[in-house]
Amino acid sequence: MSFLHLIWLIPILPFAGFVINGLLGKRFLPRPVVSGIACLAVLASLVLAVGAIRDLHDEQGLADMLNNGTALSALGVRPSADGFGAVLGPTDPDRGLVLEASIPRARQIQWLWLSVGSVSVKWAYSLDPLSAIMLLVVLGVGFLIHVYSIGYMAHDEGFARFFAYLNLFMAMMLVLIMADNFLVMFVGWEGVGLCSYLLIGFNYREMFNPARHQSCADAGRKAFIVNRMGDFGFMLGMLLILVTFGSLDFGQVFRGVHALAEAPGSQSLLTAMALLLFVGAIGKSAQIPLFVWLPDAMAGPTPVSALIHAATMVTAGVYMVCRCAALFAAAPLALTVVAVVGGMTALLAAAIACTQTDIKKVLAYSTVSQLGYMFLAAGVGAFSFAIFHVMTHAFFKALLFLGAGSVIHALAGEQDIRRMGRLTRALPWTFGTFAVAAVAIAGIPPFAGFFSKDSILAAVFFEQPILWGAGAFTAGLTAFYIWRLVFLTFLSTDRVEKERRGHLHESPWSMLAPLVILAFLATVGGFLGVPAFLAESVPGLHAAAEWLPGYLEPVFRDARVAGTGMGALGFHGQAAVHGGVTAAGEWGLMALSVLLAVAGIAWAWLLHGRGGELAARMAAGLGSGYRLVRDRFRIDELYDRIILKPFYFMCRAADAFDRFVIDLMVNTVAIATEITGHVLKLFQTGSVRAYALSMFIGVVALLAFLVMS
Amino acid sequence: MPLVSYISLSAVLFVIGVMGVLLKRNVLTIFMSIELMLNAVNVALAAFARHHGGLDGQIFVFFVMAVAAAEAAVGLAIFIAIFRLKQTTDVTEINLMRW
Repeated sequence: MSFLHLIWLIPILPFAGFVINGLLGKRFLPRPVVSGIACLAVLASLVLAVGAIRDLHDEQGLADMLNNGTALSALGVRPSADGFGAVLGPTDPDRGLVLEASIPRARQIQWLWLSVGSVSVKWAYSLDPLSAIMLLVVLGVGFLIHVYSIGYMAHDEGFARFFAYLNLFMAMMLVLIMADNFLVMFVGWEGVGLCSYLLIGFNYREMFNPARHQSCADAGRKAFIVNRMGDFGFMLGMLLILVTFGSLDFGQVFRGVHALAEAPGSQSLLTAMALLLFVGAIGKSAQIPLFVWLPDAMAGPTPVSALIHAATMVTAGVYMVCRCAALFAAAPLALTVVAVVGGMTALLAAAIACTQTDIKKVLAYSTVSQLGYMFLAAGVGAFSFAIFHVMTHAFFKALLFLGAGSVIHALAGEQDIRRMGRLTRALPWTFGTFAVAAVAIAGIPPFAGFFSKDSILAAVFFEQPILWGAGAFTAGLTAFYIWRLVFLTFLSTDRVEKERRGHLHESPWSMLAPLVILAFLATVGGFLGVPAFLAESVPGLHAAAEWLPGYLEPVFRDARVAGTGMGALGFHGQAAVHGGVTAAGEWGLMALSVLLAVAGIAWAWLLHGRGGELAARMAAGLGSGYRLVRDRFRIDELYDRIILKPFYFMCRAADAFDRFVIDLMVNTVAIATEITGHVLKLFQTGSVRAYALSMFIGVVALLAFLVMS
Repeated sequence: MPLVSYISLSAVLFVIGVMGVLLKRNVLTIFMSIELMLNAVNVALAAFARHHGGLDGQIFVFFVMAVAAAEAAVGLAIFIAIFRLKQTTDVTEINLMRW
């Protein structure tokens, strides 16, 4: 019995926490028990996941399970029906553990979920290097944020509800990650969407944006509805896949994709599938044009912003695209769309982030921008770099959000960076960890963000030089906006309101410990993917050369982009394909991006380091252009005008049609009936003789008629 | 006597009955007129029965008489109730069912 048999427990444990805390938490359980259950459920899942991943890479163990005769009979192993791997477990095709040693991948089939006609969908989980990395990131960061929430939510009356939702989110996210077919993934996909909605609207009574009369519940609704548009594309993509391949199982679909890609004239079909799935990713990962929900999602409590709207859920779109790498690689046009959307989003959101004054809004647009980087990487076929950036981004962005939460907590709810400053003395730990994260996201070596962002930019440089320009400029903007945030929040001049200054305090240990651990991860996380040329020239780093891309390589092995040498491994073999590029060229690119990052930081210091006079003068000088960016390119207003207004107009037109056409017809019938009634009632005289007379006349008329004819 | 005499008698009686129902105001007179109409029909039934040599018509006459008796009993009971209410037997003054 290995941990691989227990992977079904990984989502179940947080779900159990949700059930217990959701049903009993508020009435019967004291707060330490509630938070204990929630954190331990996640921790137990983390332990199980680590164990299962260890067993997955225990090559000897796997080989024994697959080949050893005695082990076979003991575990009930037999070759699986489709000839791939072998089934461990009872001799039932709808249950059991399927191992593919070459990937390595373990698939656990729980039960036959749906069986309609020739289509059958199994509730199945799979564990391979891709889902392993995501599992560790989600569970690790998720656990830290659970711990952080104990301190952050301590004064909130919805304590049990919060942890119940958080656990439900973890369960759904784990289902999404471990899904072995599109439908199970969709269950997780919708589940995390639901939790996002519930948690954005957590303080549903409070106003989130008084200027536009939006409550937190409205913000949650907006997120839900915008996501629904993306999900519609996802569903259409699933249907197209089901119709084309007759299955939703990842393995079968991607084998079908390979077969179909050979056939002539299949490009449009594959492109349609990939683009429809990408629409889903656009919604979930907040890309142009559906990114408007993520900034409003900041209405949720800050740990939620860190966990769901920065580290995990919003990267589900990237994960899905990488999971479907074989499909996207077979549709180059769709891949180009992914890259262009990603690059444009990165640039646009970074520009907006430079002008926002709400600490969480800056981070929200930063998240949108970083997600754009991930899609940019996926769009040039560098799927492993996309996942690498998902990981490093989870570390430093979760840290930034939790640091922001610590500041907001210390300032009793203040979120406007124009009323902060000079907080280093009061919040030394928060400032230190926040600065680490800011260095990491800015891309200063050797922090995590440097390696992942630089790998992406180098890969993009060889594939899409124009988008590389956008990406490199965005890198400079990133360094600028994040250090502008650091200067305005912690340094610069003291602009804190008097009564809040007295309230200042450093956060409790339950909040600081996750900050410190995340700061450590944000510092060293990048060494999992040191570029090969760098590793070779720096002593001691050799072992770390492209460990993560190499680890993910088996998953993306089949996803080489046709016509280019890219594919799973970014740098490996790239110099050979792009003949002219040498190590010197890569050194040059790296130096350029470091230079851009330093320039961004220096610019931020120049504008916001001391007073804000220069920044104010620049803003005035830029005039309407600056205001356009500050107002987020007025995209919400644009959607108001081109989508909501016509929609409301249609609603009013339908209302008018109902009132003046449908109602008119119905009322005419009613009025005609009434008038007829008024006429006919005149015969109801109550006089017996009149009745008798009319009867007599009737009989005479009838007789006359009979006699005549 | 030929059949036509019986039928003529029946027709005359029936028309008298109809006129009584339509023209008279007193409830009792109207009832009597109804009896007249029923008996006119009875005459016709008996005459035709005899003319065709069957018994069906004659048996039917008994049925008509039984129904007439029942109808008179029920109708008179109703009118006693109405008379208690309105103290009149004039049908023109009794229009409880008017709209």
